[in-house]
Amino acid sequence: MIRVAVVGLGKMGISHLALLRAHPKVELVAVCDSSSYVLSVLRKYTGVSTQADYAKMLRDVPLDAVLIATPTGTHARMVRSALERGVHVFCEKPFTLRRTDSEELASVAKERGLVTQVGYHNRFVAAFQEVKALLDAGALGTVTHALGEAYGPVVTKPKGSTWRSRRAEGGGCLYDYAAHPIDLLNWFLGEPVGVGGTVLKRVFSRETEDEVFSTLYYPGGSTAQISVNWSDESYRKMTTRVTLWGTAGRIVADRQECQVYLSDGAPRPRGYEAGWNVRYTTELTEPVWFYLRGEEYSAQISHFIERIEGAQSDGLNGFDSAAVADGVIAMLLADAEKGAGTRLYESEPPAVTARPSRRLRLRRRLVASGQARAGLDAGGGS
Amino acid sequence: MDRLLLGDNQFFGINHMSEEKARAQAMRFRALPAVLEVLDAAYDEGIRTFMCTTHERMAAVCDHVRAHPDRYAGFAFYPGMPYAHKYANAVTEDGMLGAIKRFLPDGGLLSAAVRGGSSVARKDIEGLTTLLIDAEMKIFDGLRTPVIFLQNVVVDLLLGLGFTDAFRIFADHVRTRYDAEPGFITMNLPVLVNALQDIGLENPIVCSNINKIGFRMCGGLEAYETVLRTGGVRAVAMSVFASGAIQPEEAVEWVCNQPNIEAIVFGASSRRNIRHTCELVSEHWGLSPSLVPAAAAAG
Repeated sequence: MIRVAVVGLGKMGISHLALLRAHPKVELVAVCDSSSYVLSVLRKYTGVSTQADYAKMLRDVPLDAVLIATPTGTHARMVRSALERGVHVFCEKPFTLRRTDSEELASVAKERGLVTQVGYHNRFVAAFQEVKALLDAGALGTVTHALGEAYGPVVTKPKGSTWRSRRAEGGGCLYDYAAHPIDLLNWFLGEPVGVGGTVLKRVFSRETEDEVFSTLYYPGGSTAQISVNWSDESYRKMTTRVTLWGTAGRIVADRQECQVYLSDGAPRPRGYEAGWNVRYTTELTEPVWFYLRGEEYSAQISHFIERIEGAQSDGLNGFDSAAVADGVIAMLLADAEKGAGTRLYESEPPAVTARPSRRLRLRRRLVASGQARAGLDAGGGS
Repeated sequence: MDRLLLGDNQFFGINHMSEEKARAQAMRFRALPAVLEVLDAAYDEGIRTFMCTTHERMAAVCDHVRAHPDRYAGFAFYPGMPYAHKYANAVTEDGMLGAIKRFLPDGGLLSAAVRGGSSVARKDIEGLTTLLIDAEMKIFDGLRTPVIFLQNVVVDLLLGLGFTDAFRIFADHVRTRYDAEPGFITMNLPVLVNALQDIGLENPIVCSNINKIGFRMCGGLEAYETVLRTGGVRAVAMSVFASGAIQPEEAVEWVCNQPNIEAIVFGASSRRNIRHTCELVSEHWGLSPSLVPAAAAAG
C-alpha cells in the first residue's frame, strides 16, 4: 500500500481525496488543511486522521507521497519541504508562480529519484491522447497552426473574492483556465520560443483577468493561438478544445470526441480513412477503478500511484513539463504589459516595451478606475 | 415505480458524445414551450414519470404541471438533487464555507437560517444537509415526488470520501419530510451497493449506467451483472444507449434481458423517439398492458 496524505481541501483537494481513498493500492494516512471546521467534519464523519500543520505532518506522519492542492502561491514552499523529506509529490496545476522555482524543484526531485506529477488532467482525456498519438504518427504531416480554447462560467458577475480571484496567489483566468490549453499545446507542439499579441482582460473581476488571448511561436514556423474566457455563461461547464491544421489534414478535439479530417493520399494511421473520421469518448476511454467527475481524474491518480509502485520517475505530467507551462504563462504576463504591437497613429505614445515606472502605473490605474466609474471602461487591460 | 421514466439531460444540452449536439439541444430547448411539447408527447405516449434535476429552469415546468392538474393526472416527478455545477462554481468563487453560507435559505425562513447557523457552529452536518435538501425541493411544492434522488457527483464524492452517514441522513429526511423513497445515482454501482448495505439501507433504489458496451460502468460489466443477479437493489438503468453509441433495438434488447432492473430512464427530444422507445421496452419486457396506448399504437 502506498501511504498518501492530501493537503488543501478545496474543490480539487476534496475530489482527489475521494479518489485516493477509494483507490485499492492507497492507504490514506492524513489530510491537512487550514480550516479546522472542514477538518473536524471529515474526522467526525469519515474517521480520517487530520493535521492542521503541514510541517508537523511531514515530520510526524510516515508518508510515501503527498498530494498538494493548496493555492498556487504556496506550492513551491510546500513541494520543496516534501521533496527534502524524500516524499513523492502530486501537485495541482499550475505548478508554481516562477519558472525558476519549477525548474529547481524538478531537478531536486530528479536527483532524489522521486516521482512527481502535476494535475494537468487533460493529458489523461482519451480524446486528447488520441490527438497526441495521431500527431506522433505524423497523421497531419507538418502542423502549421493550432488553436487552444477554454471557456466556462466561473466569474459571471462582478463579485467574489477568494485566492482564485487574486493573481498574486495564483488565481485568475490565466492560471486557472488558460493553463490547460497552454499545457495541451506544449504536449502537442513542444515548447514555444516566443509569444506575441497577448491580451489579458477583465470582464467582471476586480483584481485579475477574465479573458486571455495570445499567439505562440514554435521552432520550425508553427504557430498557435489561445482563446480563453472564464466569464462565458453560455457554457454549462468548463470546455477545453484544441484544433490543429496540418499539411495532411485537420483535427478538432474536446473531451467528448476527436474529429479528424485526413487528405487523400496522405499516410493514414490504422483505422482511419481519407476525409472525416470521428472517434467518441465512448469508444476511446479506458475504464477506471472509481469514477468521479470524469475518467481523466481517476486515470491521472492511477498513473501517479503506479509510477510510485514501479519506481518510475519518468512519466506524464512530471514537474519538468509543468515548468514549461509555467514558463509560457510568465511569457504571456510579460507580453501583455506591452499592449498593441502596431498602432494606427505614429504620433501616439509608442508601445511600452519596458515595465512602466511605479508612478506611471499608479497614474494609469487611477485613470482606469475613473473610467470604470464613468462607465467608460468595458473591460480594459488589467 | 413506472418501468419507463423520462429524463431531462436533453433539455440542458447534456450529451456525453458531442458538444455540438449538446449545444443544438440547448438552443432548441431554450424556451419553456419546447420542453413542454416533449413532456406532453411523453405523457400522451404513456409516460407518467419525469426524472429531473433541481435546476432552477425546472421551476417553470413544475409551475405548469401544478396549474394543469387535469392535463397531467397521475404525473410524478423524481427530483435529482443537487444541480451540482451551481455549487461547484460557487466554491470556485466563494470558497468552501462561503458557498455553504450562500446556499442557506434566508428571508422569511428565519428559523431555518438559525438552524443553519447553529449547524455550522455545532459542526453537525446533519442540520445543514436537511436545510439544503429542503431548499432544493422548494420548486416541487404540491407535486407528487414519490422518489427523490441524490445526484451522482454528490453520491460518488461522499462514497469516495467514506462519508456514508450522509446517505443515511438523506434517506431519513426524504422519508420523513417528503414521504418519498430515497434514490441514489452513481457511476460506481458495485461499490455503492456494498456501502448502502453496510449502513443498513435495505433494497435501495440505485440508478446507474447500464448498457451493453459497459460505458461509464465503473467496476466493469461483470461486476454490474453480478450485482443485478444477486438482487437486493432496485436498479434503474440510465445511459442505456450510451449517448447514441449503441443502436436503439440492440440497446433495449440487451438491457431488458438483464435481471432485476426495475426501470429505465431515457432522454428523448421528439415524439417519434419517445414512441419508439416505449414500443421497444414494451416488446422486450413483454409489458402488458403495453406502454403504448391502444389509440397511439393504431395511429
